[in-house]
Amino acid sequence: MAKHTLEQKLAILSDAAKYDASCASSGSNKRNSRDGKGLGSNEGTGICHAYAPDGRCISLLKILMTNFCIYDCTYCINRVSSNVTRARFSVDEVVKLTIEFYRRNYIEGLFLSSGVIRSPDATMSDMVQIARKLRHEENFRGYIHLKTIPDAAPELIAEAGLLADRLSINVELPTDAAVQQYAPEKKPEQIRKAMADVRLHKEAAKETSFTGKRPARFAPAGQSTQMIIGADGSNDATVLGQSTRLYSSYKLKRVYYSAFSPIPDASSKLPLIPPPLQREHRLYQADWLLRFYDFQLDEITSVTADGNLDLEVDPKLAWALVHREVFPLDVNRASREMLLRVPGFGIKTVNRILSTRRYRALRYDDLMRMGASMKKARAFVTARGWSPGGLIDTADLRARFLPPPQQLTLF
Amino acid sequence: MQRAIIPQIGAAAAWRDAARRFLAAGVPPGQIAWGDQSAVPDLFARDTPLPVGIAPTVPRSFVTMARTVVWHSDPERFARLYAFLWRLRAGPQLMADRGDLDLARLRKMEKNVRRCQHKMKAFVRFREIGAPDAARRSFAAWFEPTHHTVEPTADFFVGRFNDMDWRIVTPDVSAVFENGTLSFHKGMAKPDLPDDASEQLWVTYFRNIFNPARLKVKAMQSEMPKKYWKNMPEAAAIPDLIAQAPARAQAMAEAAPTLPPTRMPQVQAQLASCTSAWDGPEGALPGAIAACTRCPLYRTATQAVPGEGPPDADLMIVGEQPGDLEDLSGKPFIGPAGQLFDRVATVAGLDRREAYVTNAVKHFKFTARGKRRIHQRPNTSEIDHCRWWLDAEVAQIAPKLILAMGATAVESLTGKGGGILSRRGQIERSLSGLPVLITVHPSYLLRLQDSQAKASTTALFQNDLRQAASLL
Repeated sequence: MAKHTLEQKLAILSDAAKYDASCASSGSNKRNSRDGKGLGSNEGTGICHAYAPDGRCISLLKILMTNFCIYDCTYCINRVSSNVTRARFSVDEVVKLTIEFYRRNYIEGLFLSSGVIRSPDATMSDMVQIARKLRHEENFRGYIHLKTIPDAAPELIAEAGLLADRLSINVELPTDAAVQQYAPEKKPEQIRKAMADVRLHKEAAKETSFTGKRPARFAPAGQSTQMIIGADGSNDATVLGQSTRLYSSYKLKRVYYSAFSPIPDASSKLPLIPPPLQREHRLYQADWLLRFYDFQLDEITSVTADGNLDLEVDPKLAWALVHREVFPLDVNRASREMLLRVPGFGIKTVNRILSTRRYRALRYDDLMRMGASMKKARAFVTARGWSPGGLIDTADLRARFLPPPQQLTLF
Repeated sequence: MQRAIIPQIGAAAAWRDAARRFLAAGVPPGQIAWGDQSAVPDLFARDTPLPVGIAPTVPRSFVTMARTVVWHSDPERFARLYAFLWRLRAGPQLMADRGDLDLARLRKMEKNVRRCQHKMKAFVRFREIGAPDAARRSFAAWFEPTHHTVEPTADFFVGRFNDMDWRIVTPDVSAVFENGTLSFHKGMAKPDLPDDASEQLWVTYFRNIFNPARLKVKAMQSEMPKKYWKNMPEAAAIPDLIAQAPARAQAMAEAAPTLPPTRMPQVQAQLASCTSAWDGPEGALPGAIAACTRCPLYRTATQAVPGEGPPDADLMIVGEQPGDLEDLSGKPFIGPAGQLFDRVATVAGLDRREAYVTNAVKHFKFTARGKRRIHQRPNTSEIDHCRWWLDAEVAQIAPKLILAMGATAVESLTGKGGGILSRRGQIERSLSGLPVLITVHPSYLLRLQDSQAKASTTALFQNDLRQAASLL
């Protein structure tokens, strides 16, 4: 096999990493290199350094250490039965790429994932070595996200958590049955156990010792996971149920939904349908409502009969359309909880309404200035000088929010 | 009419000083001509000496907002800020009123500046201008900000790139960081920066991290507006990527599934070797168990307790985990439960010395209470981690029958614990297919208080042991 140049390897191994949804670099310890001894900083909020034409942000150098893999997960381009070109970075190559890219202000840090080669332990130990070299030899203070291998030894995971800002382990698919079907070598219980381990490690690292000394923080930006949507038959209620369980059991920072995307050299076991991007978007919206807007799972998923989210309108609007009895709300009197349920009002808007309401009554124009999307909200609220009249009860209310009908293509 | 010229560099402090002076002297907004360096001198503006007074206090939130708004490119920014400050004297609660027209406008300007600062942090692209092996490397970037954001944003770059020299050149203000010192200079023309090898690698990365099956051009442009593209090396690839995307996605969908490569079976054969199985030399097993750190139990226990007995034993007896005495001595089944087992076994005709005796979990799990260590049942994770050793022992001994005593042992061997009382006396298969006879753990007998129950349960236990002996 001809030896690849660094550029060829980068092409192969970033191409192989493009199906990972996460690129977040936020929520970790604040640190900088003002002491002049290291490189990099972390402000707490991540920075997206570029955007690809698929609309996704590029914040981290997202690569695979290698795309050789002994597993045969149907949905994955790197599975052993696939005919993609294979390549492998050395430890030093990954370190050098990260540092050089970082110095030129292209990235916030590294997101390292890998196919499993030789054994899970051997793979994980190479990944840990990269992180160790970045932290201890290059004094790198930027962001590091390691995708851990679930069956790797606990000592390796423990070290990874001390070096990296975030750890993640993919749950892969919404149900155990789907994992068994599409990723026969992966064990859902092992994945869960690995996530539980990270949570326990994290919690253990919070406890001060009897001398009052605080241990080094373990994965300060928490752990996340990724679920592939649309490869199996699970409906959105199942998907969101799984993520609610994951958030509560393992205190995950994020669950990423990755619309199953056709891959080159796909397995014949999977349908080659275009990715359900809109469904992915709706899942993120629903996930957001669950975590920040006090919505309950069944409130969101009971709107439609089949347990899938409405693709045409966002989940909050869909909920409001079937609960018209609680609207219109008076923005000058309604409680915070209810204001958060108005389509077109975000958390910031609601905070602004509440702080202004202490001094005076709000008018329609005030709401516009406060950042509310009145196109959506106008039917659901009353304000000084504004009443939606019978709008809330009109039969075509839903139709007003739908995208305009499109002419079908002739060919 | 008062005149206030705010310099380009140091504008925040200059505006603040001027505003404080005017406010203290009670000069109304209409009486001040604000200008930056681009302002044409006003014919009627005169610098009349101001009476000195004490500036009223101002809400902190206004100060924070003003510190950002002064960097906006709108020439009216200084006047707007002062006019609002003037109104604030009478009504400090104005800061909380987001519906107020003036405030809404200032907040919007603040947001614009913050966004511009954020984009500067993101989209500045350095090129190396010094030698790559120099002790302090040096870099330069050309950037065209929308607002006057170089000065307020430079500190971010100082915190991030402290171990190298860098300069950000813009038509507005340029920031230079050399040997740990930051300085600001007037704007300059676009410099001719040398080519940079890493830039080519970066463009390669950008081209390949993009998934052609998910084209979303609008989403990209809303976050990375075209005005920034000309100074970002990777942006040159965008039109090409967009143009090719539909065809690439189509090709992926149309490509027929291919046959797996010939190396697949060999590679997959490796899988068997990495599923947990200990493969050291035979005599090294007890040593390897002693060095085990697979689960956290080793941290509090004295030592791991490996199994004991003849290597060709037909019967393997598996208990739950070492207890207090076993932990201290490193030998299995020597505590009260072990002694009880020996007594019952002798009656049942089972010679313990002929069997291989071990535990499902090799380390003692306990909580310290006063001077005592209270036994705690191992959890599934601990059992699973320890199964690696039990499997290695089973593989070495290759017994004809395994006697599993207690829920922990049963779970470790069969994968399913619980319901011991209803499963006792039955033979199930271990995960590797060996016959497993299920019974209770002798410590269960020790815990029974009621003498009648104790006698009957002991008799059942004795039966189980007799059955084991008869099966060999």
